[in-house]
Amino acid sequence: MSTWAARLDNPLSARLRDPAATGALGIFLGAFAAFLAIPPIEARTVTWPIVVGIVAVALGIWTVSRGRRRLGWGAVAAGVLGIALGMLATRSSTENLGSAFDATLVAQTFSFATPLVFGSIAGMFSERSGVVNIGLEGMMLMGAFWGVYGADKGGSWVVGLLVAAGVGGLVALVYAFFAIHLRSDQIVGGTGVNFLAVGITGYFFVELYHNNPVPNGVSLLPNVRIPGLSGTGFFAQAIGDLNILTWASFALVILAYVVLFKTPIGLRIRACGEHPRAADTVGINVYAIRYGCVVLSGILVALGGIYLSEGPQGNGSFIFNMTNGRGFIALAAMIFGNWRPAGAFGAALLFGFSSALALKLQVYSSSAATLFQILPYVLTLIAVAGVIGRTVAPAADGKPYVRQ
Amino acid sequence: MTDPGPSPSPEQAAAAGTLAARIALKQRAGGILVPVVTVVFALVMSGIVLAATQHSVHTALVAFQEIFDGAGLNWIFHPTTNLIDISAYNLSQTLLQTTTLILTGLSVAFAFRCGMFNIGGQGQYFVGLVVANWLGVDFAGMNPFAHILLCIVAGTLAAAAWAGIAGVLKATVGAHEVISTIMLNWIAFWVASWLFGAGGPLQNSTQPTVPVSNQVSSSARLPDFWGAQGFQGVHVGLFIALAAVVVFWVLLNRTTLGYEVRAVGFNPDAAAYGGINVKKNLVRAMAISGAFAGLAGALDMLGGTTNYQFGQLDIPFSQVGFIGIAVALLGRNTALGTLFGALLFGSLLYGSFHGLGSSAVIQPELAGNLTYIIQGLIVLFIGADVLILYVWNSRKKLRRPPANPAQPAKATAA
Repeated sequence: MSTWAARLDNPLSARLRDPAATGALGIFLGAFAAFLAIPPIEARTVTWPIVVGIVAVALGIWTVSRGRRRLGWGAVAAGVLGIALGMLATRSSTENLGSAFDATLVAQTFSFATPLVFGSIAGMFSERSGVVNIGLEGMMLMGAFWGVYGADKGGSWVVGLLVAAGVGGLVALVYAFFAIHLRSDQIVGGTGVNFLAVGITGYFFVELYHNNPVPNGVSLLPNVRIPGLSGTGFFAQAIGDLNILTWASFALVILAYVVLFKTPIGLRIRACGEHPRAADTVGINVYAIRYGCVVLSGILVALGGIYLSEGPQGNGSFIFNMTNGRGFIALAAMIFGNWRPAGAFGAALLFGFSSALALKLQVYSSSAATLFQILPYVLTLIAVAGVIGRTVAPAADGKPYVRQ
Repeated sequence: MTDPGPSPSPEQAAAAGTLAARIALKQRAGGILVPVVTVVFALVMSGIVLAATQHSVHTALVAFQEIFDGAGLNWIFHPTTNLIDISAYNLSQTLLQTTTLILTGLSVAFAFRCGMFNIGGQGQYFVGLVVANWLGVDFAGMNPFAHILLCIVAGTLAAAAWAGIAGVLKATVGAHEVISTIMLNWIAFWVASWLFGAGGPLQNSTQPTVPVSNQVSSSARLPDFWGAQGFQGVHVGLFIALAAVVVFWVLLNRTTLGYEVRAVGFNPDAAAYGGINVKKNLVRAMAISGAFAGLAGALDMLGGTTNYQFGQLDIPFSQVGFIGIAVALLGRNTALGTLFGALLFGSLLYGSFHGLGSSAVIQPELAGNLTYIIQGLIVLFIGADVLILYVWNSRKKLRRPPANPAQPAKATAA
């Protein structure tokens, strides 16, 4: 009560001078500068994106000068990107713009982001408890294959979901045993899981399906139609027909935030990741927490995997090594988001957006679209390089704990 | 990686004079027990998978026999120099595969010895491949020796610089090399896809619709010394790879550079206290590590392993950089160990993909995936040497339980 009262008492001008607020405003304006030039607003002169972008850059520089480097440089980058994208957009023809930047781009972004959200939140649980999970890629692949298998043999996508979660959890349990009890190098162990997953899924794909795509008529993950949102309106196309797992991924982000940062169990998890000895001293069972988190991580990332094969893009068919690095992008999203749910979600959306845009770019130039795929990796490299501010891993991340 | 596990003091064990004790002593010195047990275990496990899914133990045994023959290893029993002999041909292809794996294995091993996990061998391999292809095509008609040298050196240096990015990031801002090399891998992956893809700068100039690079000019091709010249024969790159094994050993064990690299890998804090520039060594080790992988790429391109060209669609199927991880781990990051590891994986790869490809015993595609399973099991279990040592030691403890009560306490302290 009192904090709210204090905030209301503050003069408005003082709140606006808060560097955090100006930085956030700058980032928003930078994004807005690009959006001015594309539908639905679609300004046809280059002036507006430039003006708004410059304001964003100015706000960013001011924020940097007040000590909030990460936010400030973010605003500067957003402003520059906004100007560049705005100029590009005003130069291309209206029809091209209409086909590239429409509501389906938003829907595609969510669609591409879904497995990444599951993967990054999965990785976050594991790493927050102190176990690095490079094996996300492999666990995702297992979820993709055994999910289809479950849906095919069980006759329902619900069975597929359960089978994927079960197999993901099982693989994670094996990995957890190696990482926690046997104290094997976690990076090596995770790499082993990735190889093993490629081999196992490939082997059984040949053995059970003879390398043919899984037969038609497999029960797919359904889309959720929002009542009242239908037709060709912007919002109807953007969010009116998203997959059930996409909605689940939104819920997962909120749930992960609440569990990790607002509950006693979340505090215990983070304690195991930051200082396991201290956690052990106050009576927390470090091994139990870590086992739980790694298994949960396997279950969640496998759900991201089943989305690839059983979701709208996979259409019920499995392809050899179909994750194709998405587990690693999820890992990157987690790092980019600084091991926080909201940050990871934002990063996953950004990476999903770049994939969706690359798909759209395919129409104009397949060669440029191919090159565009490097964007998530370059951004993550920049993020770990600390140009936009340091990312900080949990202190005991990747270090095996020995009970005394 | 350097965790010796809860083993009793080697001096004590050696004093006992049993065979087990002598093996235990070797183990301390980085011995061969764990790799051998791991390989046997992985083969048995994959054999169980095979036998269970094919409902026949006999099939599984025959399949392994065919992998052995498919790799051309049966050539040893009846050596002929006649290349029409299928076993000789298979062996030559296994050696080609081994050439690449020796170098990608050395790449991972070198970084490991400096305490870093270079998971980016695949990307560095692509960089070497691309640069060798670019220069090999562009400077057609040069003096062959100079041309080959130019391509190899440029490919190697480019890959060293590429890996150096990860080293610099680690040294300056502390970015974990695993993350940065994974990112660099994918950047190299997509850039190479762009270069070789339709409309890309290095794409085939005579067939604009085929997403494949040009073939390197004949002046840049490495001579083959065994097999049909220009048609997947064994090229002199094998000797370069063997020389690289020697260079690796000398560099690590007989030079100041190697001493510093090993010191940093063993304990960076102690190395810094001893006056070694840790940051410089991290960058240097990463660059040298990348150089080995880049050399692998350059040799594959110039030696005809990839038919002197590379396609966009070949890129996702190229795994040699990742297999290098298994090779290095199996070889315990030593020069000689890596050589044997490369030979094993070279045989497995060629033997299962191609040897069983023509087999009627099991479905050919199964065999290729079996190799991935074996590889995964090896990597998973080699990292868990504590398990094998634990089983080994508990065996010994059972044999003489109360002999030395102080020993277990000492073991846990270590």
